Amino acid sequence: MRVEVDRDRCRGAGQCTLYAPELFDQSEDDGMVVVLDDRPPPALHGKARLAARLCPNSVIRVVGDGPDEG
Amino acid sequence: MSVTSSGPPPVSLPRHRGCPFDPPGAYGALRERRKAARLAFPDGAAGWLLTGYEDVRELLADDRFSADRVRASSPVRAFPVREDDPRRLGSFIGMDPPEHTRYRRLLSRWFTVRRMRELLPRVEGIVTEHLDAMERTGPPADLVRAFAQPIPSLVICELLGVPYADRTAFQAWSATLFRIDEDEEKIFAARDAVWDYMRDLVAAKRRRPDGALLSRLVHDEETAGAFSDAELTGVGLLLLIAGHETTANMLALGTFALLCHPEQARLVRERPERAGDAVEELLRYLTIVQFGTVRVAREDVEVAGVRVRAGETVVASIAAANRDPARFPDPDGLDVTRDATEHIAFGHGIHQCLGQQLARMEMRTGYPALLRRFPTLRLAVPREEVPLRDDMLVYGVHRLPVTWEG
Repeated sequence: MRVEVDRDRCRGAGQCTLYAPELFDQSEDDGMVVVLDDRPPPALHGKARLAARLCPNSVIRVVGDGPDEG
Repeated sequence: MSVTSSGPPPVSLPRHRGCPFDPPGAYGALRERRKAARLAFPDGAAGWLLTGYEDVRELLADDRFSADRVRASSPVRAFPVREDDPRRLGSFIGMDPPEHTRYRRLLSRWFTVRRMRELLPRVEGIVTEHLDAMERTGPPADLVRAFAQPIPSLVICELLGVPYADRTAFQAWSATLFRIDEDEEKIFAARDAVWDYMRDLVAAKRRRPDGALLSRLVHDEETAGAFSDAELTGVGLLLLIAGHETTANMLALGTFALLCHPEQARLVRERPERAGDAVEELLRYLTIVQFGTVRVAREDVEVAGVRVRAGETVVASIAAANRDPARFPDPDGLDVTRDATEHIAFGHGIHQCLGQQLARMEMRTGYPALLRRFPTLRLAVPREEVPLRDDMLVYGVHRLPVTWEG
């Protein structure tokens, strides 16, 4: 699985950082998304998908698939 | 009767609630149509009402719709907006890109998950102080005045650098602005007064900087260069009023709901570590933005099974969407153990609440702390006697008389 973000669409709501803090953070400069891990291990695939679903501006795209763990 | 494309006659916005915690029952039947309903506005215009979860989410993420209320009809008589009013400056909730983008990019960093976590010890301290005061005074109490209103008020005042001592004045102006069917002259008077108050405060911050947010916005190179003092006045007002009217009503109405569902209250009391789930469920279940979110079509758009014409107003009922059985099983049940994370009580799209991480933190701290400090907390009046905020843009209770075994 690969995680991609379109930072131009981000408005810094923080849903990704709240629900998948292992994968996303918000920049100190503008509050917009920062990807911490764009190749998440299978154990975090579920969280990556949740962040993509919750994002109010469809900033996050999950490419490719893989088995979930945990 | 011949089949025509005109469909059912227009409806007016459902207003009558049966249960104090449920949206008006009429929304259920409208949602079952599985398409937008023709909506008759008080100003005589016709537009559309969206009630399904997927439809509402799609609309709020669609950049062919504008959030500028000057061009919109209002579903209730409240908060008139005039195009030439300089007091619209800085109110980014009613802006579209690229102007809206400029504001969010300069403000979002102050409301990140991390920054809000840094405020947690102070929020816990404020909650404890208010619980201590309730304990000292003893039962009964009005939970709105003793707990739900002062906590978010003090938090947002400290964050912005607004003197908490001034709260009586700006809370009264804010209440006038949020009351529906209010006299227009009173609304404009309140708006002038609250504008002048914040303008003077911004000017004071310019003369005497402090470390709080308003002063930082006035003095930090990036925001000082980007915003005029009038724009910062509008920003300050929006943050102050939004910080007041929302979390306060969630804390009071959420407590009311929990006291009427003792088993759910017990779960919150006994499992404070699961307070995050409880807060999301209360946000979904109660959705206090009761008259919906308003958008105007910039062009002809197909949405929710209908063709919306350019210039028509669409009301997206996030309260109805959060009760959509197609998205949330048993939607009318309060279940603090359910996964409600995909609720849209904070909105959706570019305008999704800037302060949502602050609101979450205040509620995650507030509900369990209250229920643990007063395990015998209960209503002091029959539930039918609790005065409901049917008459305000943001739903909740005007008062919540409670008692406990002291």
